[in-house]
Amino acid sequence: MSKLPTPSERFIQGILPENPVYRQLLGLCPTLAVTNGLKPALTMAVAVGLVLLCANVIVSLIRDLLKPHLRIVIFTLTIATFVTIVDQVLSAYMYQMSKTLGPYIPLIIVNCIIICRCEVCASRQGPLAAAGDAVGQSLGFGLALASIAAVREILGTGMLLGIPMLPAAWPPWVIMVLPPGAFLTFGLLLAGVNWIRAWRTNRPQRGN
Amino acid sequence: MEYLFDIFLIAIGAALINNFVFYYFVGICPFIGVSRQVDMAVGMGSAVTFVMIIAVFISWTVTSLVLVQGAPVSSWVAGFFMSSEQAAKIDLTILAYIVYIFSISSSVQFVEMYMRKFYPPLYKSFGVFLPLITTNCAILFACLTVMSKVVGVENPAEAWDLGRALVLGIFGGLGFTIAIVIMAGIREELDLCDIPVPFRGAAITLIVGGIIAMAFMGFTGVDSGIRTALM
Repeated sequence: MSKLPTPSERFIQGILPENPVYRQLLGLCPTLAVTNGLKPALTMAVAVGLVLLCANVIVSLIRDLLKPHLRIVIFTLTIATFVTIVDQVLSAYMYQMSKTLGPYIPLIIVNCIIICRCEVCASRQGPLAAAGDAVGQSLGFGLALASIAAVREILGTGMLLGIPMLPAAWPPWVIMVLPPGAFLTFGLLLAGVNWIRAWRTNRPQRGN
Repeated sequence: MEYLFDIFLIAIGAALINNFVFYYFVGICPFIGVSRQVDMAVGMGSAVTFVMIIAVFISWTVTSLVLVQGAPVSSWVAGFFMSSEQAAKIDLTILAYIVYIFSISSSVQFVEMYMRKFYPPLYKSFGVFLPLITTNCAILFACLTVMSKVVGVENPAEAWDLGRALVLGIFGGLGFTIAIVIMAGIREELDLCDIPVPFRGAAITLIVGGIIAMAFMGFTGVDSGIRTALM
Protein backbone atom coordinates (compact mmCIF):
# COMPACT_ATOMS: atom_id res chain seq x y z
CA MET A 1 0.00 0.00 0.00
CA SER A 2 1.43 3.31 -1.03
CA LYS A 3 1.84 6.09 1.45
CA LEU A 4 -1.28 8.16 1.94
CA PRO A 5 -1.09 11.96 1.69
CA THR A 6 -0.65 13.94 4.90
CA PRO A 7 -3.37 16.34 6.14
CA SER A 8 -1.70 19.41 4.66
CA GLU A 9 -1.18 17.68 1.31
CA ARG A 10 -4.85 16.73 1.30
CA PHE A 11 -5.73 20.34 2.01
CA ILE A 12 -3.59 21.77 -0.79
CA GLN A 13 -4.67 19.14 -3.32
CA GLY A 14 -8.34 19.90 -2.88
CA ILE A 15 -8.10 23.54 -3.84
CA LEU A 16 -6.61 23.45 -7.32
CA PRO A 17 -4.72 20.29 -8.37
CA GLU A 18 -7.70 18.05 -7.57
CA ASN A 19 -10.44 20.64 -7.75
CA PRO A 20 -13.70 18.69 -7.31
CA VAL A 21 -15.55 20.53 -10.08
CA TYR A 22 -12.97 21.32 -12.74
CA ARG A 23 -10.67 18.33 -12.37
CA GLN A 24 -12.87 15.53 -11.03
CA LEU A 25 -16.22 16.65 -12.53
CA LEU A 26 -18.08 15.89 -9.33
CA GLY A 27 -21.08 17.62 -7.83
CA LEU A 28 -22.25 19.06 -11.11
CA CYS A 29 -25.89 19.33 -10.03
CA PRO A 30 -25.46 22.31 -7.66
CA THR A 31 -22.63 23.64 -9.81
CA LEU A 32 -25.03 24.24 -12.66
CA ALA A 33 -28.23 24.87 -10.72
CA VAL A 34 -27.41 27.50 -8.11
CA THR A 35 -24.81 29.53 -9.98
CA ASN A 36 -27.17 32.12 -11.46
CA GLY A 37 -26.04 34.50 -8.73
CA LEU A 38 -22.94 34.79 -6.56
CA LYS A 39 -24.87 34.87 -3.28
CA PRO A 40 -26.76 31.57 -3.63
CA ALA A 41 -23.57 29.99 -4.98
CA LEU A 42 -21.56 31.00 -1.91
CA THR A 43 -24.32 29.87 0.46
CA MET A 44 -24.39 26.54 -1.31
CA ALA A 45 -20.61 26.22 -1.04
CA VAL A 46 -20.74 26.92 2.71
CA ALA A 47 -23.55 24.39 3.19
CA VAL A 48 -21.68 21.71 1.25
CA GLY A 49 -18.49 22.56 3.16
CA LEU A 50 -20.15 22.14 6.55
CA VAL A 51 -21.76 18.85 5.62
CA LEU A 52 -18.53 17.58 4.08
CA LEU A 53 -16.49 18.51 7.15
CA CYS A 54 -18.89 16.87 9.62
CA ALA A 55 -19.46 13.77 7.50
CA ASN A 56 -15.75 13.32 6.78
CA VAL A 57 -14.78 13.56 10.45
CA ILE A 58 -17.54 11.19 11.60
CA VAL A 59 -16.79 8.63 8.89
CA SER A 60 -13.12 8.83 9.71
CA LEU A 61 -13.82 8.19 13.40
CA ILE A 62 -15.92 5.11 12.69
CA ARG A 63 -13.79 3.84 9.81
CA ASP A 64 -12.67 0.69 11.62
CA LEU A 65 -16.24 -0.38 12.27
CA LEU A 66 -17.40 -0.15 8.65
CA LYS A 67 -18.27 -3.31 6.75
CA PRO A 68 -17.33 -3.04 3.06
CA HIS A 69 -20.74 -3.87 1.60
CA LEU A 70 -22.62 -1.54 3.93
CA ARG A 71 -20.31 1.44 3.85
CA ILE A 72 -22.09 3.43 1.13
CA VAL A 73 -25.36 3.19 3.06
CA ILE A 74 -23.63 4.36 6.23
CA PHE A 75 -22.04 7.27 4.35
CA THR A 76 -25.36 8.35 2.90
CA LEU A 77 -27.16 8.13 6.23
CA THR A 78 -24.43 10.16 7.97
CA ILE A 79 -24.60 12.77 5.24
CA ALA A 80 -28.41 12.84 5.33
CA THR A 81 -28.34 13.58 9.04
CA PHE A 82 -26.05 16.57 8.63
CA VAL A 83 -27.96 17.80 5.59
CA THR A 84 -31.15 17.79 7.66
CA ILE A 85 -29.39 19.91 10.28
CA VAL A 86 -28.08 22.37 7.70
CA ASP A 87 -31.48 22.53 6.05
CA GLN A 88 -33.23 23.33 9.33
CA VAL A 89 -30.63 25.97 10.26
CA LEU A 90 -30.91 27.58 6.85
CA SER A 91 -34.70 27.76 6.91
CA ALA A 92 -34.61 29.16 10.44
CA TYR A 93 -32.07 31.94 9.90
CA MET A 94 -32.00 32.56 6.14
CA TYR A 95 -35.55 31.82 5.07
CA GLN A 96 -35.41 33.68 1.75
CA MET A 97 -32.17 31.96 0.77
CA SER A 98 -33.54 28.54 1.64
CA LYS A 99 -36.51 29.25 -0.64
CA THR A 100 -34.14 30.25 -3.45
CA LEU A 101 -32.00 27.16 -3.09
CA GLY A 102 -35.12 25.02 -2.74
CA PRO A 103 -34.56 21.32 -3.39
CA TYR A 104 -30.84 21.73 -3.99
CA ILE A 105 -30.08 21.77 -0.25
CA PRO A 106 -31.55 18.28 0.33
CA LEU A 107 -29.86 17.19 -2.89
CA ILE A 108 -26.50 17.67 -1.11
CA ILE A 109 -27.17 14.18 0.27
CA VAL A 110 -26.51 12.64 -3.13
CA ASN A 111 -23.75 15.08 -4.02
CA CYS A 112 -20.98 12.88 -5.37
CA ILE A 113 -18.22 15.06 -3.88
CA ILE A 114 -19.09 14.09 -0.32
CA ILE A 115 -19.55 10.37 -0.98
CA CYS A 116 -16.34 10.37 -3.01
CA ARG A 117 -14.33 12.11 -0.25
CA CYS A 118 -15.72 9.74 2.40
CA GLU A 119 -14.71 6.82 0.22
CA VAL A 120 -11.30 8.08 -0.91
CA CYS A 121 -10.04 9.82 2.20
CA ALA A 122 -12.14 9.56 5.34
CA SER A 123 -12.60 5.80 5.33
CA ARG A 124 -8.82 5.31 5.23
CA GLN A 125 -7.25 8.12 7.20
CA GLY A 126 -7.58 9.70 10.61
CA PRO A 127 -9.84 12.61 11.56
CA LEU A 128 -7.14 15.23 11.07
CA ALA A 129 -6.44 14.25 7.46
CA ALA A 130 -10.16 13.93 6.85
CA ALA A 131 -10.81 17.41 8.19
CA GLY A 132 -7.97 18.91 6.13
CA ASP A 133 -9.27 17.13 3.08
CA ALA A 134 -12.81 18.37 3.70
CA VAL A 135 -11.73 21.99 4.11
CA GLY A 136 -9.53 21.86 1.00
CA GLN A 137 -12.18 20.25 -1.15
CA SER A 138 -14.85 22.70 0.04
CA LEU A 139 -12.58 25.64 -0.75
CA GLY A 140 -12.02 24.20 -4.22
CA PHE A 141 -15.74 23.69 -4.63
CA GLY A 142 -16.49 27.22 -3.46
CA LEU A 143 -13.87 28.63 -5.81
CA ALA A 144 -15.35 26.78 -8.78
CA LEU A 145 -18.90 27.80 -7.90
CA ALA A 146 -17.89 31.41 -7.39
CA SER A 147 -16.07 31.56 -10.73
CA ILE A 148 -19.07 30.23 -12.66
CA ALA A 149 -21.54 32.35 -10.71
CA ALA A 150 -19.54 35.54 -11.18
CA VAL A 151 -19.36 35.09 -14.96
CA ARG A 152 -23.06 34.29 -15.20
CA GLU A 153 -24.20 37.11 -12.95
CA ILE A 154 -22.03 39.77 -14.59
CA LEU A 155 -22.99 38.81 -18.14
CA GLY A 156 -26.61 38.08 -17.32
CA THR A 157 -27.51 41.13 -15.24
CA GLY A 158 -24.53 43.46 -15.58
CA MET A 159 -24.16 43.50 -11.81
CA LEU A 160 -22.26 41.60 -9.16
CA LEU A 161 -23.95 41.41 -5.74
CA GLY A 162 -26.00 44.50 -6.67
CA ILE A 163 -22.98 46.59 -7.74
CA PRO A 164 -23.04 47.55 -11.43
CA MET A 165 -19.98 46.09 -13.16
CA LEU A 166 -20.64 46.80 -16.81
CA PRO A 167 -21.53 50.06 -18.60
CA ALA A 168 -25.23 50.88 -18.59
CA ALA A 169 -25.40 50.48 -22.37
CA TRP A 170 -24.57 46.78 -21.97
CA PRO A 171 -27.60 44.67 -22.86
CA PRO A 172 -28.05 41.99 -20.18
CA TRP A 173 -27.64 38.53 -21.66
CA VAL A 174 -30.71 37.00 -20.06
CA ILE A 175 -29.76 33.58 -21.42
CA MET A 176 -26.83 33.53 -19.01
CA VAL A 177 -29.03 33.39 -15.90
CA LEU A 178 -31.36 30.84 -17.53
CA PRO A 179 -30.53 27.09 -17.59
CA PRO A 180 -28.68 27.02 -20.97
CA GLY A 181 -26.28 29.68 -19.74
CA ALA A 182 -25.13 27.35 -16.98
CA PHE A 183 -24.14 24.64 -19.46
CA LEU A 184 -22.44 27.10 -21.80
CA THR A 185 -20.51 28.97 -19.09
CA PHE A 186 -19.32 25.83 -17.38
CA GLY A 187 -18.40 24.19 -20.69
CA LEU A 188 -16.31 27.18 -21.76
CA LEU A 189 -14.65 27.61 -18.35
CA LEU A 190 -13.85 23.90 -18.25
CA ALA A 191 -12.25 24.13 -21.68
CA GLY A 192 -10.31 27.16 -20.48
CA VAL A 193 -9.01 25.30 -17.43
CA ASN A 194 -8.01 22.35 -19.61
CA TRP A 195 -6.22 24.69 -21.97
CA ILE A 196 -4.27 26.46 -19.19
CA ARG A 197 -3.31 23.10 -17.72
CA ALA A 198 -2.09 21.77 -21.06
CA TRP A 199 -0.16 24.98 -21.64
CA ARG A 200 1.53 24.78 -18.23
CA THR A 201 2.61 21.18 -18.62
CA ASN A 202 3.82 21.57 -22.22
CA ARG A 203 5.59 24.88 -21.66
CA PRO A 204 9.30 24.53 -22.45
CA GLN A 205 11.22 24.60 -19.18
CA ARG A 206 13.41 27.65 -18.95
CA GLY A 207 16.60 27.26 -16.97
CA ASN A 208 16.58 29.19 -13.73
CA MET B 1 -61.98 15.25 -16.88
CA GLU B 2 -60.38 17.91 -14.69
CA TYR B 3 -58.28 15.16 -13.13
CA LEU B 4 -57.13 13.75 -16.47
CA PHE B 5 -56.23 17.22 -17.60
CA ASP B 6 -54.19 17.76 -14.48
CA ILE B 7 -52.40 14.46 -15.05
CA PHE B 8 -51.66 15.43 -18.64
CA LEU B 9 -50.14 18.74 -17.57
CA ILE B 10 -47.97 17.03 -14.94
CA ALA B 11 -46.82 14.55 -17.59
CA ILE B 12 -45.70 17.05 -20.21
CA GLY B 13 -44.37 19.32 -17.49
CA ALA B 14 -42.08 16.60 -16.16
CA ALA B 15 -41.03 15.20 -19.53
CA LEU B 16 -40.56 18.30 -21.65
CA ILE B 17 -41.22 21.75 -20.21
CA ASN B 18 -39.32 21.34 -16.95
CA ASN B 19 -37.11 18.51 -18.15
CA PHE B 20 -35.14 17.09 -15.22
CA VAL B 21 -31.79 17.41 -16.97
CA PHE B 22 -32.15 20.61 -18.97
CA TYR B 23 -34.25 22.64 -16.55
CA TYR B 24 -33.44 21.38 -13.06
CA PHE B 25 -29.92 20.04 -13.73
CA VAL B 26 -30.49 16.83 -11.83
CA GLY B 27 -28.90 13.62 -13.07
CA ILE B 28 -26.05 15.49 -14.76
CA CYS B 29 -23.43 12.95 -13.66
CA PRO B 30 -24.84 10.01 -15.70
CA PHE B 31 -25.78 12.49 -18.41
CA ILE B 32 -22.09 13.30 -18.88
CA GLY B 33 -20.72 9.89 -17.97
CA VAL B 34 -22.90 7.28 -19.64
CA SER B 35 -24.07 9.11 -22.75
CA ARG B 36 -21.44 7.68 -25.11
CA GLN B 37 -23.50 5.08 -27.01
CA VAL B 38 -27.20 5.07 -27.75
CA ASP B 39 -27.86 1.55 -26.48
CA MET B 40 -26.15 2.23 -23.15
CA ALA B 41 -28.09 5.46 -22.85
CA VAL B 42 -31.36 3.59 -23.42
CA GLY B 43 -30.42 1.07 -20.71
CA MET B 44 -29.51 3.84 -18.28
CA GLY B 45 -32.66 5.77 -19.09
CA SER B 46 -34.94 2.80 -18.53
CA ALA B 47 -33.17 1.96 -15.28
CA VAL B 48 -33.65 5.52 -14.04
CA THR B 49 -37.31 5.49 -15.05
CA PHE B 50 -37.82 2.19 -13.27
CA VAL B 51 -36.16 3.32 -10.04
CA MET B 52 -37.93 6.64 -10.18
CA ILE B 53 -41.32 4.94 -10.30
CA ILE B 54 -40.42 2.83 -7.26
CA ALA B 55 -39.03 5.90 -5.50
CA VAL B 56 -42.05 8.15 -5.99
CA PHE B 57 -44.33 5.30 -4.95
CA ILE B 58 -42.36 4.82 -1.71
CA SER B 59 -41.97 8.50 -1.00
CA TRP B 60 -45.65 9.23 -1.58
CA THR B 61 -46.73 6.31 0.60
CA VAL B 62 -44.30 7.04 3.41
CA THR B 63 -44.93 10.78 3.36
CA SER B 64 -48.70 10.72 3.41
CA LEU B 65 -49.10 7.69 5.67
CA VAL B 66 -46.31 8.21 8.19
CA LEU B 67 -44.45 11.50 8.00
CA VAL B 68 -46.97 14.25 7.43
CA GLN B 69 -48.74 15.88 10.37
CA GLY B 70 -51.80 13.85 11.39
CA ALA B 71 -50.77 10.90 9.21
CA PRO B 72 -52.70 7.69 9.98
CA VAL B 73 -49.82 5.37 10.91
CA SER B 74 -47.83 7.77 13.09
CA SER B 75 -50.87 9.01 14.99
CA TRP B 76 -52.10 5.43 15.46
CA VAL B 77 -48.77 4.33 16.92
CA ALA B 78 -48.48 7.45 19.06
CA GLY B 79 -52.05 6.89 20.25
CA PHE B 80 -50.76 4.13 22.52
CA PHE B 81 -48.58 6.56 24.44
CA MET B 82 -50.49 9.83 24.55
CA SER B 83 -53.90 11.34 24.11
CA SER B 84 -55.32 11.32 20.60
CA GLU B 85 -55.20 15.14 20.25
CA GLN B 86 -51.49 15.12 21.00
CA ALA B 87 -50.96 12.16 18.69
CA ALA B 88 -52.58 13.95 15.78
CA LYS B 89 -50.06 16.78 16.11
CA ILE B 90 -47.01 14.61 15.54
CA ASP B 91 -45.02 15.85 12.57
CA LEU B 92 -42.17 13.66 11.38
CA THR B 93 -41.28 15.53 8.20
CA ILE B 94 -37.91 16.46 9.67
CA LEU B 95 -36.90 12.83 9.12
CA ALA B 96 -37.96 12.86 5.49
CA TYR B 97 -34.49 12.96 3.87
CA ILE B 98 -33.09 10.11 5.93
CA VAL B 99 -36.19 7.99 5.39
CA TYR B 100 -36.20 8.57 1.64
CA ILE B 101 -32.57 7.75 1.14
CA PHE B 102 -32.75 4.65 3.28
CA SER B 103 -35.97 3.27 1.83
CA ILE B 104 -34.98 3.94 -1.77
CA SER B 105 -31.54 2.41 -1.52
CA SER B 106 -32.77 -0.68 0.30
CA SER B 107 -35.69 -1.28 -2.05
CA VAL B 108 -33.52 -0.83 -5.12
CA GLN B 109 -31.03 -3.28 -3.68
CA PHE B 110 -33.87 -5.73 -3.19
CA VAL B 111 -35.22 -5.28 -6.73
CA GLU B 112 -31.74 -5.72 -8.12
CA MET B 113 -31.25 -9.05 -6.33
CA TYR B 114 -34.70 -10.25 -7.40
CA MET B 115 -34.03 -9.31 -10.99
CA ARG B 116 -30.62 -10.96 -11.08
CA LYS B 117 -32.15 -14.19 -9.80
CA PHE B 118 -35.34 -14.38 -11.84
CA TYR B 119 -34.91 -12.22 -14.94
CA PRO B 120 -31.26 -12.49 -16.06
CA PRO B 121 -31.82 -10.97 -19.55
CA LEU B 122 -33.56 -7.94 -18.07
CA TYR B 123 -30.78 -7.66 -15.50
CA LYS B 124 -28.23 -7.69 -18.28
CA SER B 125 -29.96 -4.91 -20.21
CA PHE B 126 -30.36 -2.43 -17.38
CA GLY B 127 -29.90 -4.09 -14.00
CA VAL B 128 -26.20 -3.33 -13.97
CA PHE B 129 -27.01 0.36 -13.76
CA LEU B 130 -29.29 -0.03 -10.75
CA PRO B 131 -26.75 0.29 -7.91
CA LEU B 132 -25.24 3.31 -9.66
CA ILE B 133 -28.46 5.27 -9.69
CA THR B 134 -29.62 4.69 -6.14
CA THR B 135 -27.70 7.78 -5.24
CA ASN B 136 -28.64 9.70 -8.36
CA CYS B 137 -29.90 13.23 -7.79
CA ALA B 138 -32.77 12.78 -10.24
CA ILE B 139 -34.34 10.07 -8.08
CA LEU B 140 -34.16 12.04 -4.84
CA PHE B 141 -35.34 15.12 -6.69
CA ALA B 142 -38.50 13.32 -7.81
CA CYS B 143 -39.14 12.29 -4.19
CA LEU B 144 -38.65 15.85 -2.96
CA THR B 145 -41.05 17.17 -5.60
CA VAL B 146 -43.67 14.69 -4.44
CA MET B 147 -42.97 15.67 -0.83
CA SER B 148 -43.42 19.37 -1.60
CA LYS B 149 -46.83 18.60 -3.10
CA VAL B 150 -47.97 16.56 -0.09
CA VAL B 151 -46.42 18.37 2.89
CA GLY B 152 -47.38 21.92 3.71
CA VAL B 153 -50.17 22.20 1.15
CA GLU B 154 -52.67 24.70 2.55
CA ASN B 155 -55.77 23.19 0.99
CA PRO B 156 -55.88 19.42 1.75
CA ALA B 157 -57.89 18.80 -1.42
CA GLU B 158 -54.95 20.05 -3.49
CA ALA B 159 -52.45 17.59 -2.05
CA TRP B 160 -51.31 15.12 -4.69
CA ASP B 161 -52.73 11.63 -4.73
CA LEU B 162 -50.76 8.53 -5.66
CA GLY B 163 -51.80 8.72 -9.33
CA ARG B 164 -50.28 12.16 -9.82
CA ALA B 165 -47.11 11.13 -8.03
CA LEU B 166 -46.71 8.05 -10.23
CA VAL B 167 -47.28 10.11 -13.38
CA LEU B 168 -44.51 12.45 -12.24
CA GLY B 169 -42.20 9.46 -11.75
CA ILE B 170 -42.97 7.85 -15.11
CA PHE B 171 -42.72 10.99 -17.19
CA GLY B 172 -39.81 12.46 -15.27
CA GLY B 173 -37.90 9.27 -16.04
CA LEU B 174 -39.03 9.47 -19.65
CA GLY B 175 -37.77 13.04 -19.88
CA PHE B 176 -34.40 11.91 -18.52
CA THR B 177 -34.33 9.08 -21.11
CA ILE B 178 -35.12 11.52 -23.93
CA ALA B 179 -32.34 13.84 -22.80
CA ILE B 180 -29.68 11.15 -22.43
CA VAL B 181 -30.58 9.42 -25.71
CA ILE B 182 -30.45 12.69 -27.68
CA MET B 183 -27.08 13.40 -26.09
CA ALA B 184 -25.75 9.92 -26.89
CA GLY B 185 -26.82 10.25 -30.52
CA ILE B 186 -24.99 13.55 -30.82
CA ARG B 187 -21.90 12.22 -29.07
CA GLU B 188 -21.66 9.25 -31.44
CA GLU B 189 -21.42 11.75 -34.29
CA LEU B 190 -19.07 14.01 -32.31
CA ASP B 191 -16.50 11.21 -32.18
CA LEU B 192 -15.93 11.75 -35.89
CA CYS B 193 -15.42 15.50 -35.54
CA ASP B 194 -12.21 17.40 -35.16
CA ILE B 195 -12.73 19.08 -31.79
CA PRO B 196 -10.11 21.46 -30.37
CA VAL B 197 -8.11 19.55 -27.74
CA PRO B 198 -9.16 21.51 -24.59
CA PHE B 199 -12.85 20.98 -25.45
CA ARG B 200 -12.61 17.20 -25.77
CA GLY B 201 -14.63 15.15 -23.32
CA ALA B 202 -16.86 16.88 -20.83
CA ALA B 203 -16.48 20.45 -22.07
CA ILE B 204 -17.98 19.89 -25.52
CA THR B 205 -20.69 17.70 -23.98
CA LEU B 206 -21.71 20.56 -21.70
CA ILE B 207 -21.78 23.06 -24.54
CA VAL B 208 -23.89 20.74 -26.70
CA GLY B 209 -26.11 20.25 -23.64
CA GLY B 210 -26.48 24.03 -23.41
CA ILE B 211 -27.62 24.22 -27.02
CA ILE B 212 -30.16 21.42 -26.47
CA ALA B 213 -31.33 23.22 -23.32
CA MET B 214 -32.00 26.29 -25.45
CA ALA B 215 -34.13 24.13 -27.74
CA PHE B 216 -36.01 22.78 -24.70
CA MET B 217 -36.66 26.37 -23.58
CA GLY B 218 -38.97 26.52 -26.58
CA PHE B 219 -41.45 24.41 -24.59
CA THR B 220 -41.85 27.18 -21.99
CA GLY B 221 -45.47 28.26 -21.80
CA VAL B 222 -46.83 25.22 -23.62
CA ASP B 223 -48.78 24.19 -20.50
CA SER B 224 -50.56 27.51 -20.07
CA GLY B 225 -51.24 27.57 -23.83
CA ILE B 226 -52.91 24.17 -23.64
CA ARG B 227 -54.84 25.26 -20.58
CA THR B 228 -56.27 28.32 -22.30
CA ALA B 229 -57.01 26.33 -25.45
CA LEU B 230 -58.94 23.61 -23.67
CA MET B 231 -60.61 25.39 -20.78
